[in-house]
Amino acid sequence: MASASEQARAAAETAARQSYGKLVAFLAARSRDVAGAEDALADAFAMALARWPQTGVPQHPEAWLLAVARRRATDQHRRRQTREAALPHLKLIGDEMEEEAMREKLPDDRLGLIFACAHPAIDAGVRAPLILQTVLGFDAATIASAFLISPATMGQRLVRAKARIREAGIPFRIPELPELPERLSAVLEAVYAAFAEGWTDPAGTETRRRNLATEAIWLCRLVTELLPEEPEALSLLALMLYAEARREARRCARGDFVPLSDQDMALWDARLIEEADTLLSRAGRSVHLGRYQIEAAIQSVHVARRLTGRTDWTAIRQFYDALVLVAGSPVVTINRAVAIGETDGPAAGLTELDTVADDRRIDDYQPYWAARAGLLAELGRTDEARQAYERAIGLERDEAVRRFLAAKKAILLN
Amino acid sequence: MQYILLIHVDETAFARMTPEMQGVMSEPYMAYNAALEKAGAMVVGQRLQPSNVSTTVKVREGKTEVLDGPFATTKEQLGGFYLIEASDLDAALSWAARCPAASHGVVEVRPIWPTH
Repeated sequence: MASASEQARAAAETAARQSYGKLVAFLAARSRDVAGAEDALADAFAMALARWPQTGVPQHPEAWLLAVARRRATDQHRRRQTREAALPHLKLIGDEMEEEAMREKLPDDRLGLIFACAHPAIDAGVRAPLILQTVLGFDAATIASAFLISPATMGQRLVRAKARIREAGIPFRIPELPELPERLSAVLEAVYAAFAEGWTDPAGTETRRRNLATEAIWLCRLVTELLPEEPEALSLLALMLYAEARREARRCARGDFVPLSDQDMALWDARLIEEADTLLSRAGRSVHLGRYQIEAAIQSVHVARRLTGRTDWTAIRQFYDALVLVAGSPVVTINRAVAIGETDGPAAGLTELDTVADDRRIDDYQPYWAARAGLLAELGRTDEARQAYERAIGLERDEAVRRFLAAKKAILLN
Repeated sequence: MQYILLIHVDETAFARMTPEMQGVMSEPYMAYNAALEKAGAMVVGQRLQPSNVSTTVKVREGKTEVLDGPFATTKEQLGGFYLIEASDLDAALSWAARCPAASHGVVEVRPIWPTH
């Protein structure tokens, strides 16, 4: 458990990130210059991150940031240090904007900024990092570590993407209805990518990565608040909450990996699960069945085990059948093969898994080898199972999961 | 592209282990080697003898100087390397993260100087 002072620090940091994101969005929506808006607020944001944990969050956080930004800019301008790009933004931060901020009347343009970051003209791989930087103020080095990319490369990609927003005239607005579903799906994909990167640190040893999962949930909450009728946004939030609810149960006290089927259900967060259930039933009112709705439904079946004592694999398999139709991929096929292994036996599961055996992407995809090893072990094909476990271990970066797989391999009978 | 993964680890920790523990330590490396091989990424990978059997040589103004021990005496020493084939730096970093040494030591990723 986090100590009280850690919690206070985290709360102050969250408040600083929220206010910062609102101001960047407000300025950038008017200038189309994200980098310039960030420059104008950088010093004030750094000061907030350093001070607020000690002093507490000011009563009008946005007004505080604007006032500091203006004061710092005037000082720097005298010393001619302010970057050119920041200047028009500092003009925008006039008395009027500060007054609006004092009255908490500044419009929230963050969703427009998120849509700009996830625009089709922006490279898909940089959308999630871009949202994390512009809306939440994470620095390039933190984002780079989470996405396992060199900080220099990440920095360049972010700079290029921001230049593209400005030069290509990408709008800062929520798209109109005909294009909304597709554009929203790019936004949700970016949010989910951020969550997935935070989720791959199951031990929670790296606070920065764990925060990424929390921030992704927060971003998705923001999207659902501003677009409350979008079933896919509601479903993605449900999906992430189901996963987040199980965080504590993924490791035992000794730090060993605990697979979903063996988790202590008492450690699951009932409050988050209830919230996810509610979201999913709200999403279910739509006739259209989307990718996240199906994925969240699969998770809801898994957590229903705490009520029924068993996992309904037939339901899970049917949802994977649907997912193959809506958003088929080798990853979905692998998960579906595991479900088939549960409903129809390991031989049937393995036959399904073999349909992706020639896809070269599995060469370095750990879940394929772990699934294959499990099915082979059940069939008593121990030599092949041992080899598949070996591949899975060699492709895993989490030491606790490596130990878990090695133990599975060790108990195979000769 | 080829990249070298330079593995820096605290070798004293390994030296303090029992032979059984050392055996347990090397198992994940065997799996890692196999995964690199099977994915067609492995060029060559070798473990080095500890740095106390290292010798450095330099020649200055015609005079040769030979010293016992490694070039730099730091807690974490070069303990091995992998030369790998990877499509780009991102792919190389992902192999580096899977290297068992990354969980306790540091893996440095450097591109090989291109020859053409």
